[in-house]
Amino acid sequence: MFREYIGLTSSKTRNVIERELVRRFAESIGDAHPIYIDEEFGRQSRFGANIAPPTFPRVLRSGSIEGLKLPLKGLIHGEQIYHYKRPLLVGEEVFCYSKIEDYYEKEGSTGKMGFLKMKRYGEDSHGQLIFTEESITIITETVRRSLNV
Amino acid sequence: MTVLNKINIGETLEATLQPVSRIDLIKYAGSSGDFNPIHTIDEEAKKAGLPGIIAHGMWTMGNLAKLFTPYYEEGFISDYNIRFSGMVFLEDVLTLKAQMVDKTGQLLTFDVSAINQKQKDVVKGKITFELY
Repeated sequence: MFREYIGLTSSKTRNVIERELVRRFAESIGDAHPIYIDEEFGRQSRFGANIAPPTFPRVLRSGSIEGLKLPLKGLIHGEQIYHYKRPLLVGEEVFCYSKIEDYYEKEGSTGKMGFLKMKRYGEDSHGQLIFTEESITIITETVRRSLNV
Repeated sequence: MTVLNKINIGETLEATLQPVSRIDLIKYAGSSGDFNPIHTIDEEAKKAGLPGIIAHGMWTMGNLAKLFTPYYEEGFISDYNIRFSGMVFLEDVLTLKAQMVDKTGQLLTFDVSAINQKQKDVVKGKITFELY
């Protein structure tokens, strides 16, 4: 069943990198560096603006993938992969969409485990890629049984 | 401040965090929007078969990247790959490490990890830092 999801894509969703969200996010990971939170500091920097920490895109919206049904419990976050062309700037618009890149299964000690690879793309207003964010979610045998898949 | 560009292969950046507290995880839940209760509420963690609440993997991954924040004028993290290999519980003391393993042109590659007080990796991966 999860294999049928490969290739499913959400529609692009507009986000703005909000100053207050970036400040809270940076503080919550113990990284309250002025390049993230001090407006004047950002203006004087090479970017002319503040930037967002590399793991910030988790906060962004990328639209829901129609037809994708995932359990809310029992999922394990296995891997997370970021690729950046440049840092994200506070105040800029970013258009995000998600795609199911792959699904595969492996035999583990607790039965067959499923691996769902989901990738999120973040583009600027001209359609130029800024970042990708890939998550690999592990779906355990117990969860798959409860879903009847 | 050291310049990242001057670091040699084999050298490391390192920092040790304060013991993990519930308020750290409540703040991260709020700032990230990840309200999965196994990260904040004891009863829910127990229902999920855990001995207690566990940190968001992304909280640890977010913390680890801050080893590179001071070098923002020199370059940026162009690739950041992490495998979540262990759970982080309240009061755990994490040490963040980045060891340079390669330097090719504008790209500096680091093996990165967060290690708990029992010397076990809880997250492990690679960072590529691209110089401007």
